Parts: sequence; C-alpha cells; structure tokens
Amino acid sequence: MSAATPKGVLITPIFKNNPIALQILGICSALAVTSSMSVSLVMALAVIAVTAFSNLFVSLIRNHIPSSIRIIVQMTIIASLVIVVDQVLKAYAYEMSKQLSVFVGLIITNCIVMGRAEAFAMQNGPVLSFLDGVGNGLGYGVILMIVGFFRELLGSGSLFGVTILTPVQDGGWYVPNGLMLLPPSAFFVIGLLIWVLRSVQPEQVEENEFKMKENTQPKEAV
Amino acid sequence: MASNNSIKKTLIVAFALCIVCSVIVSTAAVALRPQQAFNQEADRKSNILQVAGLYQPGESITKQFEQVTPRAVDLRTGEYTDAVDPETYDQFSASRDPAQSRTLSGEKDIAGLSRQENYSVVYLVGDPQDPEQIILPVRGQGLWGLMRGYLALRGDANTIEGITFYSHSETPGLGGEVDNPKWKAQWDGKQIYPEGEVGEGRPEIALVKGGASGPTEVDALSGATLTSKGVTNLVQFWLSDAGFGNYLAKIRDSAEGA
Repeated sequence: MSAATPKGVLITPIFKNNPIALQILGICSALAVTSSMSVSLVMALAVIAVTAFSNLFVSLIRNHIPSSIRIIVQMTIIASLVIVVDQVLKAYAYEMSKQLSVFVGLIITNCIVMGRAEAFAMQNGPVLSFLDGVGNGLGYGVILMIVGFFRELLGSGSLFGVTILTPVQDGGWYVPNGLMLLPPSAFFVIGLLIWVLRSVQPEQVEENEFKMKENTQPKEAV
Repeated sequence: MASNNSIKKTLIVAFALCIVCSVIVSTAAVALRPQQAFNQEADRKSNILQVAGLYQPGESITKQFEQVTPRAVDLRTGEYTDAVDPETYDQFSASRDPAQSRTLSGEKDIAGLSRQENYSVVYLVGDPQDPEQIILPVRGQGLWGLMRGYLALRGDANTIEGITFYSHSETPGLGGEVDNPKWKAQWDGKQIYPEGEVGEGRPEIALVKGGASGPTEVDALSGATLTSKGVTNLVQFWLSDAGFGNYLAKIRDSAEGA
C-alpha cells in the first residue's frame, strides 16, 4: 500500500487484505458475537464507527503525538470512542446491547482498531485514514455477517430472527445443529472462509516459513 | 519532530487529550442517561408484564403497564404501607441499608440473602382492592450468584401464574435453562399449598427430580441440582412468613370474606 488511494483503502480490506481472513486479527469477538445475524450487524457497525473515528482523530493529531506516549494516546482515543458507542447502544438499542454485553467494551482491545491507528493513521491524512477505518471495519463486518449467516441458519434455522428452516421442536423438519450456536463453530466457518478466499486469490497464500523434512524411514514416524 | 518528544510537549499533549476525551465521554453519558434509564425501566416493566402473561410485543410498554398498580408492602406485618413510594423505591439497595433492612440468621435464610428489606413493592393487576394477579419480586442464590425475578400469583394468592428471572448467572444450557419458556410454562396453575389448604411451616411448592406429580411439584432442571435447589429455596422463602407470607394470608382472608 505504498500509494494509498481513497478507493483503494476503502475496498482492499474487504476481500484482498481482510483483517480477519488474511491478517487473522479480531478473532475473539468474531467467535463470540456471531451466533445471530442481527447481533453481528450491530457489532460490525460499532466496529466500523470506532475504527473510522479513531483513525480520523489519531490522524488529525498525528503530528503532535510524542512518540514515547503514542500507544497510550491512541488507546485513550479508542477507549473514549468505545464508551460513547456503548452508551449510544444502551440508549437506542437496549436489547442489542444486552446481548452484546461485554463485547462492545472489548472493542477497545480489538487488534484491528489499534493496528489501523498505529499502522495507517499515524502516517496518512485524516480523510484517507477515515476511509481506511471504514474499509477495515467493513472487512471485519463482512466476515462477521458471513459467519453469522451460517451460524444462525444452521444453528437456529433462522436469519435475522426470521425462521427459514422450521426446526423440529416447532413441528418442522430441520434438526438444528447446536454446535453452530457455540463459539467453536465460528472457528470452522472462518477456517473454511480463509480456504475459499485463498483458493480464489492464491497470492494470499503465505510461503512456508520452513519446510518439513520427508520421512526417510517409516520407523521415524513411530 | 524532535520538539514533540520534549517533556513539556508530552505533558501538554497527554493533559489536553485527557481533558478532551473526558469531556466527550461525560457529555455522552449525561446526555444519554434519561434514555437509558427509560430503557431499563421499560425492560423491568416488560418482565413484569411477561410473568403475568399480559405482554403484547410491539405495543407501548408504558401504556400496557397502566393495568398494573405498584404498591408497597411492609413485609413484617403484611400490610400495605405508604412509608415508601412504590414508583421510586429501590428495594435492592434498601436491603443493604441497615436502617431499612434486617439481618437474616442461619436457618431462616434459606435463600442465601443474609439481609432482607423491610418493605417490598408488589404489582397488582386489575382492581387493586381485588387483584386478578399479584406479582412479587423474588430473589435468592443460585449456583453461581444471585437470581432475581418475578413470581406471579392469581387472585386467590395460592395459584401460580408464572415465574421469570431477569438476571442470573447460572451455567448456560444447564441452570441457565431457568429462562427456557417450556420449563417456565410448567409453573402455570401450580399451587403453593395443595387445594389451598394453608398448612403450618414452609410452603409446599418445590422443584422435584424425576417427574413432577401433583399440584405443588415442578420438574427440576436436569443437570442443575444446585440451581433447582436455589429456585425451590427462593420461592419457598419469599412465600413463607419471612417473605410475603403475612401479606398473602391477608389477601386470602379478604378473598374468602368477599
């Protein structure tokens, strides 16, 4: 990303340089909040807002931040934004904020937010940084929505709370897969997603850091 | 950018940032507080409406709540009291204030509360003189922490309409099944005392393992012995004389008199 263009910083993080799928950041919250699509959507919006504005504010004052306390300065900005988002959710989306519980607060520790502030906003202008924040938030949100889609559909037979596959306990035919409602299932879905993404775009595949030596004798394996 | 790293600049930036951020955060907190308080109140009211089986999704909760009258009850005598305003009285904090509560000792404290408030709010559905339903706030220790909820009784003060817990920390999937609508549905029509014959001592309503039979038995939660025990204890505690027993006895008397 030597020459960052407004369109580039907005689009590339979505599939090409996705924070979850390629950089493997922000996994914890992706596991926790994706059991239903509406919760994933609110979480995605919250993260987009926080990354975008933290990038904007960090970028605005980047020429005045003493390098010795720059991480603390970034954290203070991010933490303040997260508290504001949390307060807004409590006021206007109370049910959602009850379901998201601590995970809104934990956006503070989401590596994506901090990573973008440190890696991008410290070197680039406010407008570009804002767009970069939106882009990375979108990249996070897209993965969240895809994972949420599979987990809610297979786990409860519904999407956004609307029943698609009628589960057996309501007289339908679909036996819900309880595992999909538990956090580990997000690992499987994210893993499969990364596989798909890297099959479509082979340049995302990382080179092996070391090569495993072949077994020369069958005995070695035992 | 060498000047940025001077001690003076570092202090100025840190100080200015703290001021700006704290102003933003506190402005947001103060400006949004009325809306948040309204939401919490609405959430509490919707829990009360749900336990009474009156909740209609999509309609204004404030409007629906008009059919419910909150009244304060003196738990020691069972009489209605005007000593506290039921609209604003916070009985949970009152239970921790020595001036408004009493300590519960050993064997009396089956719900694990250690302190109990002197006054409690009750919610009456329909005519407050002859209520169709009486909704009692209940709480007690579960396995991991305090469980707080509401218990709704019919006008005879003996038949249970429903129970709901709005805050608990039980194990999801085991004790957390106290939130399961199927399990909660069992409570409808259960009785505190069989056939309304008020005996001495503890109320008889209880959670039992291995299939409930009879009007005072409710299925225990499978795999959650201690949560089930906690629910039995808290229901029995609040229905006994230590809780709303005196008050409910007065309702029963007046219902028979009328």
